[in-house]
Amino acid sequence: MLRTEPRIEDPDGFYQAVMDAHRGLDEAAARRFDARLALILANHIGDAAVLRQAVALAAATGEAPAAPLPSAPA
Amino acid sequence: MGFQPPRYPWHPPVAAREAAQVVIAGGGLVGLTLALDLARQGIASVLLDEDDTVSTGSRAICWAKRTLEIYGRLGLGARFLEKGVTWNRGRVFHGEREAYAFDLLPEQGHEYPAFVNLQQYYAEAWLAEECAASGLVDLRWRHRVAAVEHRPDGALLRVETPGGEYQLEAEWLLACDGARSPIREGMGLPFLGQVFRDRFLIADVRMHAPFPAERWFWFDPPFHPGQSVLLHKQPDDIWRIDFQLGWEADPEAERDPARVRARVAAMLGPKVSFELEWVSVYSFRCRRIERFRHGRTIFLGDAAHQVSPFGARGGNGGVQDADNLAWKLAAVLRGATPALLDSYDRERVPAAEENILNSTRSTDFITPKTAACHAWRDAVLELSAAHGFARPLVNSGRLSRPAVLADSPLSTPDAEAWGGGLPPGAPAVDAPMLRAGQPDWLLRHLGREPVLLAFAGPGVPAAEAPAGLRRVVVAADERVGTLWDHSGLAAARWGARPGDAVLLRPDQHVAARFHAPSPAAIAAARARMMGEA
Repeated sequence: MLRTEPRIEDPDGFYQAVMDAHRGLDEAAARRFDARLALILANHIGDAAVLRQAVALAAATGEAPAAPLPSAPA
Repeated sequence: MGFQPPRYPWHPPVAAREAAQVVIAGGGLVGLTLALDLARQGIASVLLDEDDTVSTGSRAICWAKRTLEIYGRLGLGARFLEKGVTWNRGRVFHGEREAYAFDLLPEQGHEYPAFVNLQQYYAEAWLAEECAASGLVDLRWRHRVAAVEHRPDGALLRVETPGGEYQLEAEWLLACDGARSPIREGMGLPFLGQVFRDRFLIADVRMHAPFPAERWFWFDPPFHPGQSVLLHKQPDDIWRIDFQLGWEADPEAERDPARVRARVAAMLGPKVSFELEWVSVYSFRCRRIERFRHGRTIFLGDAAHQVSPFGARGGNGGVQDADNLAWKLAAVLRGATPALLDSYDRERVPAAEENILNSTRSTDFITPKTAACHAWRDAVLELSAAHGFARPLVNSGRLSRPAVLADSPLSTPDAEAWGGGLPPGAPAVDAPMLRAGQPDWLLRHLGREPVLLAFAGPGVPAAEAPAGLRRVVVAADERVGTLWDHSGLAAARWGARPGDAVLLRPDQHVAARFHAPSPAAIAAARARMMGEA
């Protein structure tokens, strides 16, 4: 089950680390960095159901076309 | 010595109207495989082909282990092994570096390797030769199906030849007439799926080159920046090279031999001399018709489903169609219920879906649709060089695996607990055997009829087969007249202990498995396997 309560230790520090990593990257390199980061985190999670819920939550938030919030698999 | 395409003799019609029990439309790989399989079971067929030779050009080259096992049963396995290029290893390159290498068949103890590369025309020529030698296949070259009238009891064909036309009444019409199937189009069956907005240059090149017999795949190589390239070895010093060109490429200009030579020269470097054997420009589609059986007209191979080539799933999938249908049709012609043929749809439609899914995913990886998709693809490749966890995400083609017929109506679900092994629907897996002291292979003994594979061991006898069912005993100890599983690999791969038994279909897929079964339980599973449940 995807956990959505606040869990990141030192949120400002994490956010700053990502911004620092982006500094100096052009658009294409920045996209690849973000994708690498997502892949590394996805591998750490591993669990297919959690990853599916994470993708669905990301798709349902922000500018993506509206989609129902993910629910736990039966 | 390269391949010399045969020219088969053709004959004018013998009568204005003829009748045949089984008519196969299309003498390509799948039609010929089906005709030979039926002939091996004693079933005669008429095979119609509009041409008088084998396929030319860049067609199937990678024959998967399961296909080789099928051809082994049809008597052609040794020729594939002898002529073909055996390979197990693949390498993936990204930019100037090798990202990683993989081994497709890390385990020993199979008669056939993971893959053999061979030009499709060799396979077709051998099949045609064996069909003719069988005496049961009426090969009619330059006989083109011009029109079909579908009837409840068969089909009436109008066949055109250079020597005039005739009518042919078919009790069963097996449409193996390719991706542009005129029979499918004549029936107006929607052939739906996805077109990929990309083009590929496929070149078969003759050269003496020091590259090993491996599948090499480049993403964004220095000699072809921004695109992918595939290199694969075939017999007769011929190499298949696939250049991704992008959707904007002009197919006519790209076919220009001078332009192709420049691309190949950039790849191989100045020291390798080569000749172009065949050049074509493709765009790929993944699609299928909804159902493959329409009464007494049944579709197989590309006529029924089409995939992109990166998984070697077109030819191998078509051969499995023929393998699946041939025993069922033979059984129906001998009195089994025609409902048995419905299972062809229930089994091969999901298999085609699986091939289309894998082929679509590979093509999506190779041809990213947006800048963001491209970034994800490159991120996977960047990570894969240093980090093993990213390698399973690299998709340069998920190479053909035999279908597990998981939802087959012919299977009897496990009634008991099994720790592993081969569940109902799975294809049989080979293992080395000793028979009277001589090395042998398990699959050679399964044949083309229902079989009870019974496991025995010290103090534990093999299960009895019901009347009329052939039994093959595999023993954990040496016995007179049985196969000795001396390495224990059969027991391990099948998850079987002495006393267990597996009911196998004529296509060597598992129908049911049992611990210490009664003949009555096996007989019930056999009835279900023959469509009687």
